[in-house]
Amino acid sequence: MNVNGVDHPAPTDPRRLLSDHIRHDIGLTGTHVGCEHGVCGCCTVLFDGAPVRSCLMLAIQAEGHQVTTIEGLAPDGAPLHPVQQAFHETHGLQCGFCTPGFVMSVVGLLKQNPDPTPEEIDEGISGNLCRCTGYASIRRAVLRAAELSR
Amino acid sequence: MAVSQLVGAKIHRREDPRLITGHGRYTDDLTRTGLVHLAVVRSPHAHARIKSIGVEAAKKSPGVLGVFTAQDFKDIIAGPATHPVAPVFAPDKKVNPPRYPIAREEVCYQGEPVAVVVAEQRYQAADAAQLVDVEYDPLPAVMEIEEAMKPGSPKAHTDQPDNIAWDATYVPWEATEEAFKTADVVVKQRILQRRLSPNAIESRVVMAEYDPFDKRLTMWMSTQNPHWIRLFVSGALGMGEHSVRVVSHDVGGGFGSKISPYPEDYLVPAVSKLVERPVKWTETRTEAVQNAYAGRGQIYDVEASAKKDGTLLGMRVTQLLDCGAYIGTFGAFQTCACLLAGGAYKWKAISSRSIGVLTNKITTDPYRGAGRPEATHVAERMIDLLAVELKMDPVELRRKNFPAKEEFPFTQNFGLVMDSGDYNASLDKALKLFGYDQMRREQAEARKQGKLVGIGLSTWIEICGLGPGAVTGPATGGVVLSESAQVKVHPAGGVSIYVGTHNHGQGNDTTHAQIAADALGVPIEQIDIRHGDTNEGPGFGYGTYGSRTLAVGGVAINRACAKVVEKGKKVAAHILEAAEEDIVFDQGKFHVKGAPDKSKAFGEVAFAAYGQLPAGLEQGLEAVAYFEPPNFVWPFGAHICAVEVDAETGNAQITKYVAVDDCGNIINPMIVDGQLHGGIAQSIGQALYEEMVYDQDGQLRSATFLDYTIPSMNEIPNIQLDRTITPSPTNELGVKGIGEAGTIAATAAIINAICDAVSPLGIKHVDMPATPDRLWNQIKEARK
Repeated sequence: MNVNGVDHPAPTDPRRLLSDHIRHDIGLTGTHVGCEHGVCGCCTVLFDGAPVRSCLMLAIQAEGHQVTTIEGLAPDGAPLHPVQQAFHETHGLQCGFCTPGFVMSVVGLLKQNPDPTPEEIDEGISGNLCRCTGYASIRRAVLRAAELSR
Repeated sequence: MAVSQLVGAKIHRREDPRLITGHGRYTDDLTRTGLVHLAVVRSPHAHARIKSIGVEAAKKSPGVLGVFTAQDFKDIIAGPATHPVAPVFAPDKKVNPPRYPIAREEVCYQGEPVAVVVAEQRYQAADAAQLVDVEYDPLPAVMEIEEAMKPGSPKAHTDQPDNIAWDATYVPWEATEEAFKTADVVVKQRILQRRLSPNAIESRVVMAEYDPFDKRLTMWMSTQNPHWIRLFVSGALGMGEHSVRVVSHDVGGGFGSKISPYPEDYLVPAVSKLVERPVKWTETRTEAVQNAYAGRGQIYDVEASAKKDGTLLGMRVTQLLDCGAYIGTFGAFQTCACLLAGGAYKWKAISSRSIGVLTNKITTDPYRGAGRPEATHVAERMIDLLAVELKMDPVELRRKNFPAKEEFPFTQNFGLVMDSGDYNASLDKALKLFGYDQMRREQAEARKQGKLVGIGLSTWIEICGLGPGAVTGPATGGVVLSESAQVKVHPAGGVSIYVGTHNHGQGNDTTHAQIAADALGVPIEQIDIRHGDTNEGPGFGYGTYGSRTLAVGGVAINRACAKVVEKGKKVAAHILEAAEEDIVFDQGKFHVKGAPDKSKAFGEVAFAAYGQLPAGLEQGLEAVAYFEPPNFVWPFGAHICAVEVDAETGNAQITKYVAVDDCGNIINPMIVDGQLHGGIAQSIGQALYEEMVYDQDGQLRSATFLDYTIPSMNEIPNIQLDRTITPSPTNELGVKGIGEAGTIAATAAIINAICDAVSPLGIKHVDMPATPDRLWNQIKEARK
């Protein structure tokens, strides 16, 4: 599979979750695991460009596919991705644990819908859980990201 | 005096870039050479006797290094001292069952550790844990508080006399006799606070590496207070604190659930000692919902009385508190609700009593607000119930009984001194922002059309900033909850600041730097804030909880900086060839009084501090300060909520929410607003959705994020914030706390609004969580 533009060998354990493979075999620990049952959205990555929950996929299912993780949005030295920049500007994160998942979901949402209404934002991002921010600043982050991406 | 440049400014967080780009260092992100993984075998029963534990099959499972049970830890982990129980506000514990990190003969809650498996890989450990064959003899489980209190009830622990952990009366009932006898109106209500699961999005993780040659232990873990954990773990493992290092870099939320020690905090390092390999344990979500120390879990029976004109007279509060199977380390902290149930009002007298009750459930312990959300809910519900009886507007009744601004410092019924307040100011502002009169008119119109719309208030107060030694010393059993900070100025002028508090989302790396930048007059970029490593900084740090980080820890930073400036003046006097008393420090420069041109920059003085100095003046420019606050701080505010209840579905929709809060002086308004939004959302979760549900045998039925429903973005309405600023006289920064405020305030505003909405049906009270199911049934009953 190709992760952030780099090819990686297939996992040896057929049971290996994609989330664990990314974190512990490839060593990209920015993708977090919050529930391992597909509700919290912390482990969201882009799978051929679309957001998926990497805890609900086996790593071998990603063979031959492109995976983008949070580390792939702004590789070392590059300026922040507009969505990352927007989260920073709007105080869209507190403890930061859910943040990579939110950022990836927002990247996916804006790709599909570059100019979402507040209702579309709520609908589009309601698959990610945050216990710190109360979501107000994340709503603002999505609007700001849309603005920065124009 | 330095001109304030950064305090009060909206500074974007310096911790963001690493967290936004996936470069945080949460414990599960870390590894060690030779790392092995631990899985915990847990009791599936809420109460049972262990007949036998078969470990042979598990030991033969691929990758397994060992399977360990209570027997194996006997000589490694010292007994029940691993789970100390602080006196807090119920020092006289009647039944206080000893707790071990791993069960011996009897398991007393579902999820209690029975064995641990350690294997090369995490999946192997999980597989082998399934092969551990534990034979149980199930015992009757006692799950309900009132059942557990009955004589002859099954006991949570078979070897204890009963289930009564404590029975503390703070003010006896006789003291309120007059206040009820002379009353025109008396209201009575039972109010429930269901059990909540904190659910920080990062579950707990512990990694430990024991070095058998140096006999040193390093632990990396997700905690709110690494120094406390070091104290507990070093004691239990028979090591000196100097041989144990606890590191917690980034922590994915705490909310109180990462304060007290857990079994794994001992088991993981003990296993590292046994297998001589670094060991990691990462909690699953179901383990977290099942076994993270739960919040709330209380029943309140309350009576309140007033005169016809709305003058409040008396209140009587009985708190029944579900301790779970063992009393939490700080479990009795929640009895503080009995001392705060009068809320923001002047009462003639209040009586209160707390009974702590053991059940076969996970322990309860502080969860965001801890006792203060419960107190606020009691006070604010009772005010509204009285307002209904008195046919008074709830705003008017509140105003009539607030202490006036001039009455502060105000001593409340239990002798606690509220430091400063202007309760009318925040209420006035909130009413205006909400458009209260207009909203009441609209409500009257909507009611004519048969709509169930309601408006609820919560004029909340909070005690925080733990805390003054006179209270916290006895409450912890000897440790005063002061706070430490160390400021080191390096020769080229860079500043490292080590704090004893902990950052798990509160933005301290930024706000603490703002305080120091102003105090030292150096650019914020020159200051590094470090936390979460017991090998760095002062001898002890007290941690982050109870909205204390700024009001106690921030002040310690300020004072350590002041000490550095004082030393700097001595050095400056030497290099400027002036008398020390003639040196003035202003905006990062030391100059001679009356001669501002004759000055040295902060960096020049720092460099000189490491050079040749006159006799009697030591080299170096660094200082440690401990700050013990003389009093608590008392934030307050006014929240107003509008709801519409759909009678056909029972769904309660928040249609408007306004919050005007006052936390004294503000270091960074962006952080304050963030804390409030987050706290209110958590409170909405409690008011409308969240509850740990057990069946009668003690099986948790809400053990995943599908069943334990924390709010998503869809469930959180737009919330309008504003503030008033009433500085605290308790500390020189004039600051109070804001971390718990939203959670303390909001349930009352929401439930008061719902009760107001359904009042035309004759419904007087609605309990939390006000789920569609519960409301629909209550409406159906009322219509019969």
